Amino acid sequence: MLTILFDGIAYGMLLFVLACGLAVTLGLMNFVNLAHGAFAMLGGYVTVLMMEKLGAPFLVTLPCAFLAAAALGLVLERALYRHLYRRSHLDQVLFSIGIVFMAVSATDYFLGSEQRIIKLPAYLQGRVEVLGVSIGIYRAFIIVICGLIAVALQLILARTRFGSRLRAAVDDPRVAQGLGIDVNTVFAVTFAAGCGLAGLGGALGAEILGLDPIFPLKFMIYFLIVVTVGGTSSITGPFIASLILGIADVAGKYYVPAFGAFVIYTVMIVILILRPQGLMARAR
Amino acid sequence: MSRADANANVAANVASGLARRARWRPGEIVFWVVVILALIALPSRALLINEIAILALFALSLDLVLGYAGIVSLGHAAFFGTGAYLAGLLTKNGIPDPLIGLAICGVVAGALGLATSLLVLRGSDLTRLMVTLGVALVLGEIANQATSITGGADGLQGVSPGAVLGLFAFDIFGRTASLYSTAVLFAMFLIARCIVNSPFGLSLRSIRDNPLRAAAIGIPVSGRLIAVYGIGAAYAGVAGALLAQTTQFVSLDVFDFNRSADVLLVLIIGGTGYLYGGLVGAAVFRVLQDLIATLTPQHWLFWIGALLVALVLVRRDRLQRYAQAGASIIAGRLGLGRGHGALRRHAPGEGP
Repeated sequence: MLTILFDGIAYGMLLFVLACGLAVTLGLMNFVNLAHGAFAMLGGYVTVLMMEKLGAPFLVTLPCAFLAAAALGLVLERALYRHLYRRSHLDQVLFSIGIVFMAVSATDYFLGSEQRIIKLPAYLQGRVEVLGVSIGIYRAFIIVICGLIAVALQLILARTRFGSRLRAAVDDPRVAQGLGIDVNTVFAVTFAAGCGLAGLGGALGAEILGLDPIFPLKFMIYFLIVVTVGGTSSITGPFIASLILGIADVAGKYYVPAFGAFVIYTVMIVILILRPQGLMARAR
Repeated sequence: MSRADANANVAANVASGLARRARWRPGEIVFWVVVILALIALPSRALLINEIAILALFALSLDLVLGYAGIVSLGHAAFFGTGAYLAGLLTKNGIPDPLIGLAICGVVAGALGLATSLLVLRGSDLTRLMVTLGVALVLGEIANQATSITGGADGLQGVSPGAVLGLFAFDIFGRTASLYSTAVLFAMFLIARCIVNSPFGLSLRSIRDNPLRAAAIGIPVSGRLIAVYGIGAAYAGVAGALLAQTTQFVSLDVFDFNRSADVLLVLIIGGTGYLYGGLVGAAVFRVLQDLIATLTPQHWLFWIGALLVALVLVRRDRLQRYAQAGASIIAGRLGLGRGHGALRRHAPGEGP
């Protein structure tokens, strides 16, 4: 029972790291980016390939996954995405679905369609017994890392100069520009950081979520659920939403496996009926 | 002039404007003649034509919802899949007549549309995207789990509809199927044409262009949206039923996300908001798919993606304008007179 709760929390934390970049682009920059999972997949593949081909240690590959995804995010943002900030949601949806399809197909072509498996280092394997609860070391590791990231994000957004610039740029780009804030740079950095976090999440999650070319499509719905259910106006909302989703999914698969994916979709629809703007939304 | 006179005047103006709009234009007649010629001249491509007709009907249903009412949907396959499974089950369980099957599927899918519209019409674009997607996923999951009824991942096999009108049995070359689907498409198109050229259709367009103002002049916004969502769902259900009856097989991919994305792409290729978009888009899409599939069989998905990205980046409204300009030049050369207006989208400012 508590083990399930623990696994659910680890899963939820992972979803949070994967999805929080989307929460920022979607919630703060108001851009519907369905291609977010593609960056996560990139991070996952960077880790897998570095460990396979170069024999790099797992912990070294994590920052690389972050950097690779962030770099790609930066390039795409400058080249393509920034033209679409002011377009309709429909255009953004079409555009990002196009990116997803290209990513899925290109990965299939270059890296093969089979499921990739990550070989964790020995010190992250196994389980320990804490107060009668059996805990996977790797899951504890994920919880710690993701928890730190969540706290850091909240502090950056709420306390730093950059965070206030970002919020200003989002609320009113023209006035922010007039005040001397370089809105383009702020958006680009934010977008890249969001993609980087997705890459990191993909690398961390490769062991739990699995990694194959259709990853962006398979988990797109999860990311979107986190963001829509959590509401898009803060980091806390998506955080709580991902915990609920993680626990509901793990518990659902454990207790009522026959219902499969019903549990989370139903949870999502019910929450959206009760709170159309998300759990933690303030009126906009 | 008294107020009553003024009102009567406005009503007469609107009525004549709508009548003008509802008139058949030369371009439209040419379009349907081409369709009939294609049916007669290309019997070897009957299966392809059948698929195009079904896809066109599906895209038409999305056009009603998206192009006319502005509701963004990522889960239109929900209704398509419902229609397909229901049609399959009906033929297996004692109602083999295809036309009765179509009617039942349309009604049930429409009812489902009305029921889910209450969820869809809440919240922002994003919530709509999510809920439509979620509904399609839930239905897909039901079809996957209810193995005893739907056959689960193996698909629904042994669908064998009776002859159309008791006269034309389905053959393996798809002759009957293509004629049947095209006829249904045409009939449904006529109904859609009446709908969008009615005062109801006019009110939908004003809701799409500005919901706030539409509400202010007394249009019941949410009621109209619910109605059109139900109609769109019924259309999609009929399209799905056609697929089940003509291919005589239903598999889980009728609920697929890819299907919802494809139909969006079809509509975007053809252009939204003038009914012919879905039809033209479906033909272009399927022919493109055939061409690319013969060149690089495995990487169709990549090129779809590239096409989507390119379409968005060069701005589809601009493309539409070029296409219209091109069409009007051609029409002018051919001496079709006012024919160039036929396939044109009516700009918001323009009207009766």
